[in-house]
Amino acid sequence: MADFLQSLTVFVLALFVGIEVITKVPTTLHTPLMSGANAISGITLIGAVIAAGAQHSALTQALGLVAVIFATINVVGGFLVTHRMLEMFRKDR
Amino acid sequence: MSGLAPVLIPLSYLTASALFILGWRDLAHPRTAVRGNTLGTAGMAVAVAATLLDRRILGYEMIAAGLVAGSVAGALLAQTIRMTAMPQMVALLNGFGGGASVLVAWTADIEARLAGWTPSGTVLVASVASGFIGSVTFWGSLVAFGKLQGLISERQIRFRGHQVWNAALAAVALGLGAWSVAEPAIGLLFPAIVAVSGVLGVFLVLPIGGADMPVVIALLNSYSGLAAAATGFVLDNNGLIIAGSLVGASGVILTRIMCRAMNRSLASVAFGVLGPAEGQRAAADVYEGRVKATSAEEVAMLLEGPRRVVIVPGYGMAVSQAQHAVRDLANLLAQRGTEVEFGIHPVAGRMPGHMNVLLAEANIPYEKLKEMDEVNPTFAQTGVALVIGANDVVNPMARTGAHCPIAGRPILDVDRARTVVVIKRSLAPGFAGIPNPLFAADNALMVFGDGRQAVLEIVAALKEE
Repeated sequence: MADFLQSLTVFVLALFVGIEVITKVPTTLHTPLMSGANAISGITLIGAVIAAGAQHSALTQALGLVAVIFATINVVGGFLVTHRMLEMFRKDR
Repeated sequence: MSGLAPVLIPLSYLTASALFILGWRDLAHPRTAVRGNTLGTAGMAVAVAATLLDRRILGYEMIAAGLVAGSVAGALLAQTIRMTAMPQMVALLNGFGGGASVLVAWTADIEARLAGWTPSGTVLVASVASGFIGSVTFWGSLVAFGKLQGLISERQIRFRGHQVWNAALAAVALGLGAWSVAEPAIGLLFPAIVAVSGVLGVFLVLPIGGADMPVVIALLNSYSGLAAAATGFVLDNNGLIIAGSLVGASGVILTRIMCRAMNRSLASVAFGVLGPAEGQRAAADVYEGRVKATSAEEVAMLLEGPRRVVIVPGYGMAVSQAQHAVRDLANLLAQRGTEVEFGIHPVAGRMPGHMNVLLAEANIPYEKLKEMDEVNPTFAQTGVALVIGANDVVNPMARTGAHCPIAGRPILDVDRARTVVVIKRSLAPGFAGIPNPLFAADNALMVFGDGRQAVLEIVAALKEE
């Protein structure tokens, strides 16, 4: 229960920080914000890496491998496409 | 090194979280946004690199294979995707994020069973949440991708009693979840929850029409974050909890903005309800004898005079790939001393901010892109409002007609400009399926044809004079 309350504290405080920071993002950058959010939700990669490397069973390794692939597509694809878009907003200066 | 890992890894997650927050703070302005994205990337690199030191990892073959395959696929996708297809890409990435979170939570469930542990109540509840949210996200996103890509009909697909089905599926998934928490010893409940939630995800998104896609994508974006956070509770991992929570918050905010832009509640989007359709005027009544068509040459002459011109692009402009022609027109007018701005409706594209990206790609400076609230008061001082491929977002019925599907929806008040020129293929209705009295207004002129072709002709005519 103590663990849960601690995790819940972190979760709720992060929500508040997220709301504060994101409300300041202008409309014009909402698409890159979403693709950037995609990249960050790829944070599951850190769980996937452990799952794929822990070698508990063939099944968990296979599931872990797929999870690593999915999460890496998210991270790499998300950050790169966000960069591509943000460069477009910059080059006009 | 391995002795340091238990300290180093949590510290790396703290660092990563701080970098994510600082990175998003830099998104407050286009000038600093690239740096913000770099900070986020650095945060992720730190977190992943530190995780590789985790003592539970016994072999790196699978990890390396997955990282290489995912990186290649992700990089290819990011470099080749067209900007018009960005909503599909984000839908797909939402799905992968949700799917990865489910798989990680499932692996944790299997590992616990193999090791003979009894997971704590927190872990059990979090697993159910991760399986439920993640699976809905994965399958719902695949359907959204299919709709945006044109693989599945974009129309609202209704089937009898679908709301009853959805309620039943949600009840079954949550019932299985409660059972798995009460009786942790029973195996195979997790995959069952994932399967039922997957069907629910498909059923939830399938009935939703194309006009509501911006809301759906924003909502699924939020879910992909919440699924990651739930998996964080399963693994007791603050890195996942914080990042997931940030993404969840972002998606919720964007969902609210999109709902407000269409004057719809989230429930009405989710259940596919449109406003009352009775008492509508037939298209013939609205348009009969009142629509005035004009030519590119005449539009060019109209554009000679005014001090201020506002261009209002809709998704039709993107479909006809008119962005670059529109930029040339805007530059030409600006060179002649006309003030040119763009009025962007929040749902002008297929996802939040989509139109802005499409115009930025054509090198239109972001300072010229004005939000609805900013540009609306200026229409009274605008000589010509040039509407290109937009319909519902400039329909004045939203202000006056109480009994139409778009009643109360905020619109761009282009009809208040001295003259409105609308470039459009035909008088066909938009997603809302209703006629647009703007096209028959006294101060409105229609140019019928392909958006890009029409703008090119206007540019040519302007240059000739």
